[in-house]
Amino acid sequence: MLELLTTFVEELREAGLPVSLTESIDAANALHQIGLENRDVLENALGATMCKSHSHWKVFKTTFDIFFANISKEGLTGDDEQISLLSRDIDESGFLRYRQSDSSLLGAKLSSDRDADKMSIDVHDLAKAALDALLSGDDNRIGMVARYAVLRFAGMEPGRPVGGTYYLYRTLRALDYDHLADKIMEVERASAPGGVLSALQERLARDEHRFHIEKLRTAIEDEIRRHLIADRGAKPLARSVRKPLLEDVDVMHASREELEGMRKAIQPLSRKLAVRLGRRDRHIRKGTLDFRATMRQSLSTGGVPLQPRFRSPKPSKPEIVILADISGSVATFARFTLQLLHAVASQLKGVRSFVFIDGIDEVTDLLAGHEDIADAVRLVSTEADVMWVDGHSDYGHAFTVFLERWGECVGPRTTLLILGDARNNYHAPQSWVMRDLRRQARSIFWLNPEPRSYWGTGDSAISEYAGYCDAVVECRSLRQLENFVTELAGNGRLPGGLSVAGSYV
Amino acid sequence: MSETGTQPSGFNSREDVTDHLGHITPPTTISLQDNTESIFQSIDEVSSRLASAGYLSDNAISSVVYLADHLSKPVLVEGPAGTGKTELAKSVATAAAAKLLRLQCYEGLDESKALYEWNYRKQLLRIQAERVVGSDDGTTQPDDSWSSLEGDIFSEEFLLERPLLSAIRETDRVVLLIDEVDRVELETEALLLEVLSEYQVSIPEMGTISASRIPMVFLTSNGTRELSEALKRRCLFLYLDYPDIERERKIIVSRVPSITTELADQIARIVRSLREMDLKKHPSVSETLDWARTLVLLGIKSIDEQAINDTLWVLLKYRSDLEKAAKELGTAQGGAVENGRR
Repeated sequence: MLELLTTFVEELREAGLPVSLTESIDAANALHQIGLENRDVLENALGATMCKSHSHWKVFKTTFDIFFANISKEGLTGDDEQISLLSRDIDESGFLRYRQSDSSLLGAKLSSDRDADKMSIDVHDLAKAALDALLSGDDNRIGMVARYAVLRFAGMEPGRPVGGTYYLYRTLRALDYDHLADKIMEVERASAPGGVLSALQERLARDEHRFHIEKLRTAIEDEIRRHLIADRGAKPLARSVRKPLLEDVDVMHASREELEGMRKAIQPLSRKLAVRLGRRDRHIRKGTLDFRATMRQSLSTGGVPLQPRFRSPKPSKPEIVILADISGSVATFARFTLQLLHAVASQLKGVRSFVFIDGIDEVTDLLAGHEDIADAVRLVSTEADVMWVDGHSDYGHAFTVFLERWGECVGPRTTLLILGDARNNYHAPQSWVMRDLRRQARSIFWLNPEPRSYWGTGDSAISEYAGYCDAVVECRSLRQLENFVTELAGNGRLPGGLSVAGSYV
Repeated sequence: MSETGTQPSGFNSREDVTDHLGHITPPTTISLQDNTESIFQSIDEVSSRLASAGYLSDNAISSVVYLADHLSKPVLVEGPAGTGKTELAKSVATAAAAKLLRLQCYEGLDESKALYEWNYRKQLLRIQAERVVGSDDGTTQPDDSWSSLEGDIFSEEFLLERPLLSAIRETDRVVLLIDEVDRVELETEALLLEVLSEYQVSIPEMGTISASRIPMVFLTSNGTRELSEALKRRCLFLYLDYPDIERERKIIVSRVPSITTELADQIARIVRSLREMDLKKHPSVSETLDWARTLVLLGIKSIDEQAINDTLWVLLKYRSDLEKAAKELGTAQGGAVENGRR
């Protein structure tokens, strides 16, 4: 039992969860208190002791499901033969082990099923059964359908080192998953009085069924996972389905779901960024010596100026100018940066936002006018005038135009933030513009979505510009963005911790 | 080496260290059976007693509360606003028949507001009084009087308890609620650490005060910032999301008397749909309950487009949200917005 727990903890750590020693001890204590009988309770107990951040929950849950699949869920009934075939006892050492006999057993079972299918159930019956189960919304029935569908359609082959996505896809296709919602809605409409649903009813019914369909999908995933565990053992499977934590996902290769998650996470981060970039220098700078007040004060100590008086410092009004590359080469990154742009702009007044490809345009008003980020992002991509010649990035031209038209908005209190990969398509980099901007601005930071090792290769002009930036930072994941924000010192300048441009060049 | 060797307690070899360490008695661990009798005997009991206190829990909540009780660990409750985090602590207090002590966190919270403070006015008075007495008889030695005076003014009598200290010193059963802990600065969090892991407070002038009875501790956070690892490590973590549809329905029925089950069901479904949408602020549980009460007051038996148009502002507090929701629910006939402004 302890062995199982330590393997589980090991896997969690490898997946990126920061599980400390004390936390694993707590988990063991918790296990001692509640026992192994109920899987939901076990999941909650282990989660409460080892998964201390909601964004890590998904990774935790997947790993948990793999390692503790043999503990049956409370209230799950039906098809016991199947469960007993797949559930593994914990052997003496307590570790869920792959046994040779299991895979051959599974294979035999599957092939015999394949023969038996001819006389039992065909595709249409099962699709119909799925529909009925979904309409009833009954968990047990949905579970049964999932179990049978996997057995019948997944076509699993024992021993293959896969994560199961392909099996899932096959099963879903056999069930006509994509059209399930529409079919159910047809049934709903047919059963409604007069055959018509009001818009409200339609919407509610659709949400209701989407929820059930989601359940079916999860049930199928669970089922496939159970087969895979029986086939290959928990540990290897956990390794092949392992996904990076949200904060480690590469922005350039993020899936739609992951982007959605990032969008939610970016809001608090951008607030922090805005505050850091714009923080007034209240801790460091005292004002200049106020001679008159010092003399006045000295009168009370017999003309000896014991306490010097200072003028209170002028509160500096922070100004932030953001330039974001939204060209095709950084398309996903551009979505990310636009979200960041929008989020920062909504946090702080005095932010001016620009987007560019080979032309450049100001989008401050576009962003300000729309509270809804999706709207704003769409508007920016359609309305901003960022095309000059061919729609391939030309940093040199964009910067030159920026300096000409908006150059005076960069002053000694301005922090300039540039987001882009500096892939210049071999155009002239015009780095003198950056030099001029550097003279005008308080500081310039460049966030680059490319891996550091690619910088300066091919058409990357980052090394041309880096010399004029206070820092060029690799920013490919939320964690890196967070690090950047954290490292920004209170006065909007970077401490030595981050790669300062000079050291890069 | 020779220097360390001369010290009586110095270690001379590696074996020596092991030897010494072997003789140190392990720190007395907090064992529940000795100090505190557990409040709840089973997870089901947690659920049922919370229910009788008016709080409908689910499996996750009950399990964590049960574990907190048995492992004597604090619980860090995180989740969106209005999902019943504070309510949970209150209900546990009711269920356990315990006194609830509450520390509301805010930016700038410090030791003197969270732990303890010396009542320095009273101390001053005490010194004044001493001086008056001393000058009267003139017998006491000055040195003598000072040390006795010092011992005197840093004693129980002059100590002002703040929530954390009083939770520790309370002899009856208590539930300590540290509310919105994400509002204090990262540095201030450190104040809590000693209390949360050792259940003790160190006061330099008086020594360490340990808990006579381990309190149940709940910390709540809205997740506006990441809490420090040190704090998280000491707590059990519970994420309170919006309830699922079953639980929401039950909550509505239990909290809004005289509501029909059909109406409760409809409300729960509409609220679920709203929470699926991409809104600025999703309706909280308390707002759902407000909506249910509004509908009951208005005598609405079944929700239709008109009813939603007239009352959606109870659920949604932003104009853009109202517009969007009306559009998505298919009730946009221009009514919702006007109502929203009212």
